[in-house]
Amino acid sequence: MAWGLLVLYVVWAGARLDFTWSRFVVGLDNAEKFIGRMFPPEILQPDSMLNGLVESLEIAILASFLGILLSLPLGVLAARNLMPAWVSWPARSLIALCRSFHPVIVAILFVKAVGFGALAGILTLTVASLGFIGKLFAEAIEEISLKQVEAVRATGSPFISVLTYGVFPQVFSRFIGFSTYQIDSNLRNSTMVGIVGAGGIGSTLFAAFQRFDYSFVCAILIAIICMIMIGETLARVVRRLLGVDVQKSDV
Amino acid sequence: MSKKVMFKENFMHPDKSMWQRHSRSERLTRLFLMIMVLAAVGYSAQNIEIIPEFLLDAPAQVKDLFVRMWPIQFGFYQKGVHEALMDTVHIASLGTILAVVLAVPIGVLSAKNLIRNVFVNSFARFILVATRSVNSLIWALLFVAIFGPGALAGTLAIAFRSIGFVGKLVGEALEEVDPRSIEALHATGASWMSVLLKGYWPQCEPTFWSVALFRWDINIRESSVLGLVGAGGIGMALDSALNLFQWTRVSLILLSIFVIVIIAEIVVTQIRKRIL
Repeated sequence: MAWGLLVLYVVWAGARLDFTWSRFVVGLDNAEKFIGRMFPPEILQPDSMLNGLVESLEIAILASFLGILLSLPLGVLAARNLMPAWVSWPARSLIALCRSFHPVIVAILFVKAVGFGALAGILTLTVASLGFIGKLFAEAIEEISLKQVEAVRATGSPFISVLTYGVFPQVFSRFIGFSTYQIDSNLRNSTMVGIVGAGGIGSTLFAAFQRFDYSFVCAILIAIICMIMIGETLARVVRRLLGVDVQKSDV
Repeated sequence: MSKKVMFKENFMHPDKSMWQRHSRSERLTRLFLMIMVLAAVGYSAQNIEIIPEFLLDAPAQVKDLFVRMWPIQFGFYQKGVHEALMDTVHIASLGTILAVVLAVPIGVLSAKNLIRNVFVNSFARFILVATRSVNSLIWALLFVAIFGPGALAGTLAIAFRSIGFVGKLVGEALEEVDPRSIEALHATGASWMSVLLKGYWPQCEPTFWSVALFRWDINIRESSVLGLVGAGGIGMALDSALNLFQWTRVSLILLSIFVIVIIAEIVVTQIRKRIL
């Protein structure tokens, strides 16, 4: 029954979006030509490609650094078991606002605000990191055991010691997990924000598309995939070095 | 030296009177990582091109942006936004369905306990990583070049970007299946297909649905921007409003995207509560 409805929906929505078999066949024909022009990949502008990749990497590093640094206090402020409602609500709304728009839309707004270039990209990905890490970190803090917190409080410690000795040891490993995941995701997104003018390899890629240099497009795509795979491996190594197990539910 | 003594020495402060939380090697690893991070951040901050004049100008520009976006042009919704917004929802839904159809077989191939062939496993994993690494906007560029502008390119972009995500999580769920019921089925002489359907599927079903729902929620967000590169949906309306500097329309479109994203999130939470 449910499966039948699903099939019905697919047919109806497909018709609505004007998917026809002939379009698909024509497309496959194009695809053959397209892939033919992509291979062999060639690097037409090595300088522009290298600069783009390095800039993407720098955007990802700076945005992750800023995002992680800022989401630490933001997450604490948003945790309802540590903070009164008049503090946690504004913090939670800020996190929700950061999460609600796709990075590309945020990037468009930042390009308008601070002009073309890497700064817009850094700000965009910082916002994205704040939304993601801030939300999950706040939820992690809300799940901690309050016994240790109370024990530290009972010694008369100031709030900052309550945090460093009562709260952070309980959530540190999950925080590292979220952060490494976000670094990964920032690296992916930093290759894309350039399409709307926010710096990085995306602008080189978009320009190559518009000039129909598909062999160069292919080379750039391969470079992006390699960069991201290296990033993933590095993140895994760091997690292992710190002894952090990332739970799947976190991601 | 006994193990206990070693343990003690490792955790001792140099003056031998204080307890420390981490052993010396742990401390060194942390120090090393911290130095690497600071070096990377310092290098990037120095190297990156930031034009200070633009930065000084930013508050004025932001103010200008908000002034121009006001008042929101609600009258335009029926005429130019509603259809595109519904298209976006359909692109996300069809893309997710297609992604699941494509990703499940690849997820099965990547599961080490199901297919005992390292070569097949690594090949499937490579497909999963590669599709995940290419951003949906870049997939959309590729498909627009192949199928021309429109919703078809957008749907395929969403589907291909999601394969890696869905396939990876499905594969991991398959690998964590309790082997006892599988063994019981094998002992009855069940065929490979019935082991998959009667042994693996019942155990993976909850994960499967929650992954599909989660991805649909993400895809609603993603499909709202695909139109910027010509792949259909509300993004196309956004693109033309931006290019024509119709800021009051831009604010309306942004508001509609915001609302549809919130609705999608509510729908997903409700379904999760009911069925999972």
